[in-house]
Amino acid sequence: MSVITVERIKLFSTRSPWWCMIVAAVLTIGFAALTTGFLKGADEQRATIFITQPGAQLSQMVMMVMAALAVTTEYRFGTIRTSFQAVPQRTALLLGKTAVVAFLAGVVGLIASFGAWGIGNLFVSGADLSIDTPAEWRLLAGQGLIFALSAVIAVAIGILIRQSAGAIAILILWPLLVENLFNLIPKVGDDMAQWSPFANGSSFLNQGQDFGLAGSQGDYAMGPWLALLYFAGWAAALLTIALISASRRDA
Amino acid sequence: MIEAKGLTKRYGATVAVDNLSFEVKPGKVTGFLGPNGAGKSTTMRMILGLDTPTSGDVRIDGQHYRDLRQPLTKIGALLDAKWVHPNRSARAHLAWMAASNKLPKSSVDKALEMVGLTSVANKRAGAYSLGMSQRLGIAGALLGDPEILLFDEPVNGLDPEGIVWIRTFMHRLADEGRTVLVSSHLLSEMALTAEELIVIGRGKLIAQSTTTEFVDRASGTTVKVRSPQLDQLQGVLNQQQLVTRIEDVEDQGKVLFVEGDTTTDQIGEAAAAEGIVLHELTLQRGSLEAAFMQMTGDSVQYHAHDEIAAVTDVTAVPPVSGAEVAAGPKEDN
Ligand SMILES: Nc1ncnc2c1ncn2[C@@H]1O[C@H](COP(=O)(O)OP(=O)(O)O)[C@@H](O)[C@H]1O
Ligand SMILES: [Mg+2]
Repeated sequence: MSVITVERIKLFSTRSPWWCMIVAAVLTIGFAALTTGFLKGADEQRATIFITQPGAQLSQMVMMVMAALAVTTEYRFGTIRTSFQAVPQRTALLLGKTAVVAFLAGVVGLIASFGAWGIGNLFVSGADLSIDTPAEWRLLAGQGLIFALSAVIAVAIGILIRQSAGAIAILILWPLLVENLFNLIPKVGDDMAQWSPFANGSSFLNQGQDFGLAGSQGDYAMGPWLALLYFAGWAAALLTIALISASRRDA
Repeated sequence: MIEAKGLTKRYGATVAVDNLSFEVKPGKVTGFLGPNGAGKSTTMRMILGLDTPTSGDVRIDGQHYRDLRQPLTKIGALLDAKWVHPNRSARAHLAWMAASNKLPKSSVDKALEMVGLTSVANKRAGAYSLGMSQRLGIAGALLGDPEILLFDEPVNGLDPEGIVWIRTFMHRLADEGRTVLVSSHLLSEMALTAEELIVIGRGKLIAQSTTTEFVDRASGTTVKVRSPQLDQLQGVLNQQQLVTRIEDVEDQGKVLFVEGDTTTDQIGEAAAAEGIVLHELTLQRGSLEAAFMQMTGDSVQYHAHDEIAAVTDVTAVPPVSGAEVAAGPKEDN
């Protein structure tokens, strides 16, 4: 699997991926400290695992930025041409990149979620934060899957857009803004929101959680594992389109 | 061997390469010559499978580039020295390239050594001068010890020292028996490095021949003769239907010039047959750039721009080249 080695060397021989990974991990863990560190009395007793995870979405964004940059900087500096010259089997090379980036994002996701849970445990003494339901395991361990799949989507967008600013704008506006704006559209809006890819990524994590202080969450289009599959389907479809496009277009 | 057949590339309305067919012969340095915008870089990108031809195709030893496994061991290329991540070290850049073609780690050190970058190999490539970037690019091209090498305008923008270094390097590669295709928009540069020439203009093939043939055909030759029996010789040569003229040249007295399709052999023999004494018998070539401009005249796309480029580039070439190229300039004609 030389393409894995190639992409690993590329990624770790510049500094920005390291920064992205550190920032991503620190964000979730730091937010957990903020949400659990100042809890007092009754509030502290109502603390749940869920409220240790509010920074996760931001961390996920940071990892998506890293994933997109792993592609767009290659187009910016022309190294994509050197890459395709070295490995003319473009699909194989880009799959290698996707695998490396997604794996790292997954690992960072796990460090972030379990790290945040650990911090919560440190600060909250009055409540039970032990992981004992399948839903709680899904929330923490599932973060790894969601980070990895969103990194795949980011790589795909990077390949299609080829340009950092554009790709990052799409990746940030889409989950944070566009999917939420769907709610404002009369009649079909609610359905569109529920069938949005990132909404289903969150729904996979959030269904069946004890939200405690965070209050209740909205409706879901499907069960958690189907939601994950649906999100993965989006990632696979976008990556397929991106790979076909990369093979056909001039580098 | 690189073989292009009916290679054509359109970008929207622009026809960058137009039904181009050529062969790059093995074991030689072939110059790929054409004015700016002629389609050299586009052709090279198509050879490397980076751009897909609109029609026609180009193969390396019978194979499309995209079907090559471990292509760096067959064909190395430097199209643009800037295609490096500025924050990555030269060593890391070569390391990923080596890994991609399953080359041993030692190949990286060897390539760095060959281009003289060993001492700065761990510095970020963004801090390199153009000359150093160019060397890094060449190291990348040589990494897999390929038999074929492609260089796109390797001397462009280099200082005289860098130019000499590149030229010497090309000769070394040729001496090692490698196939080299090197592009340039300067005929004078190619005359120094290339044995064979592929000349294009506006994406179309203008000529494929040896450099000497092209230069002879393009510039035409004049034979210069000095003799104490100049008038008698002129009569003899005129009988042989040769075009001659006698001119007064400073410090040399009267000199006879024979124009057109002739050789020093023919004139020497004619003189000997009549017992005419010769003091000088030399073949003179016209200026290469003038000839090149004339040949590609119809095909020059950015004429004004080209002239500026030619002027600036000529000043960058060390003076010795001028003498070598225009060996004995023609009288002002
Ligand atoms: N990617 C591209 N998109 C549009 N036009 C291009 C592209 N690449 C080259 N061209 C055009 O094709 C022509 C040939 O360019 P090029 O191959 O760079 O010539 P050369 O290398 O001989 O200077 C030029 O007119 C150039 O503007
Ligand atoms: Mg060019």
